[in-house]
Amino acid sequence: MAEDNKNVVLLDFWPSSYGIRVKIALQEKGVSYECRQEDFDAKSSLLSEMNPVHKMIPVLIHNGKPICESLNIVEYIDEVWNHKKTSLLPSDPHKRSQARFWGNYIDKNVYSKGKKVWNGKVEEKEENQKQFIECLKILEEELGDKPYFGGDEFGYVDVALVPFTSWFYTYETLGNLSIEAFVPKLVRWTKRCMEKESVAKSLPHPHKIYGFALEYREKHGHD
Amino acid sequence: MEDKLSEVVLFGSWYSPYTSRVKLALKLKGIPFKYVEENLSNKSELLLKYNPIHKKVPVLLHNGMPICESLIILEYIDEVWNHAPKLLPEDPYQRSRVRFWANYTDQKIMPASYPLLLLKGEKKQKAIEDMEEMQRVLEEGIKQDFPEQFSFFNGKTIGLLDIFMGVNCYNYKAFHEVTNSEIIGPKNPKIFMWVNALKEHPLMKDTLPPHDKVVAMLKTMIAPTPDV
Repeated sequence: MAEDNKNVVLLDFWPSSYGIRVKIALQEKGVSYECRQEDFDAKSSLLSEMNPVHKMIPVLIHNGKPICESLNIVEYIDEVWNHKKTSLLPSDPHKRSQARFWGNYIDKNVYSKGKKVWNGKVEEKEENQKQFIECLKILEEELGDKPYFGGDEFGYVDVALVPFTSWFYTYETLGNLSIEAFVPKLVRWTKRCMEKESVAKSLPHPHKIYGFALEYREKHGHD
Repeated sequence: MEDKLSEVVLFGSWYSPYTSRVKLALKLKGIPFKYVEENLSNKSELLLKYNPIHKKVPVLLHNGMPICESLIILEYIDEVWNHAPKLLPEDPYQRSRVRFWANYTDQKIMPASYPLLLLKGEKKQKAIEDMEEMQRVLEEGIKQDFPEQFSFFNGKTIGLLDIFMGVNCYNYKAFHEVTNSEIIGPKNPKIFMWVNALKEHPLMKDTLPPHDKVVAMLKTMIAPTPDV
């Protein structure tokens, strides 16, 4: 199976939570890969060639063929390297559909609502915060008392959400709120995930993300 | 009791393309199901119970458990009733491409359709051009990823992308009539051929709403313009 790892390239942009999902999945499966950083202001010709429709990262290139969109990539990784012990998606079809549902929910809500907290219009601050916290509360409710979203084992939904937690410091500092005060179980889950090597190795330090956010705001202004 | 639990129930709306996708998938697989037509301006308690987050149709109920979101439901159907015809290919790379184009349809094409009904003048023209471009991208992409796909009507069975395409475009003539446009046409020849072949498929004819009903529905969605 070693030849599976020879041709694995990830096109990435280091602060992207979507890219981090892929890194965690690859780490979980013990797949070695080459990571290439994209410059958002000067996208490479490889990126344009591999993802001509959206020209966005992450793109996983496996044996020369591109797989796009982070949760698609995570499923692909789970299917191809399925001889490895860890299975990211549950085997039961209904549980799989639940996992995909929450992946989809996270995709539709966390990034956009989070961004409004650290880079939204000042006059909309209260509403933006409220919406973001509501979203996190819904996720916390889904987590319940389980150690991970998938149950006893770290899985697909955990992979989908945990990258955004490196943004918590940014949300709290620029948004002036305490996430732990609202969703303590979710914060405990975050710490639990950080004990996993795949997560600890893949998530950028929250201060680094904060630096990136400040630079972004300076460059692009408020949304 | 066992029969009741294993019963398949679909909560939907006749004009929701997302509901139609699930109907087609169930029928394609030969899965008997009970259909519940929802009044979307007065949603049932059951729907709200089974889809509390989004409160939307379609919802599939199987073994007493709900599954929401049409693409997720179709994947569920393909996994549980994993006999032929398969909705998704077996190969992981091909599966990822099917999901990619399904997402493209849902993230780009679907959200652009409704606004097109409401726009006028230059904005409408721009929206039509954008939609035509999206169809062109879809055509190029599917041609590249699935060179065999367009010949499904040569005796091959339909799959997930056929379902998506069929549902979206079956009533393209109704859409053209109401918006006074021609988005699906010979200028995207492969798509045009594909759509017209799907229109003749007995399952599509049996399941999708007829032209006149769709025209009437689309007309009610267009707000009357006040006299200037």
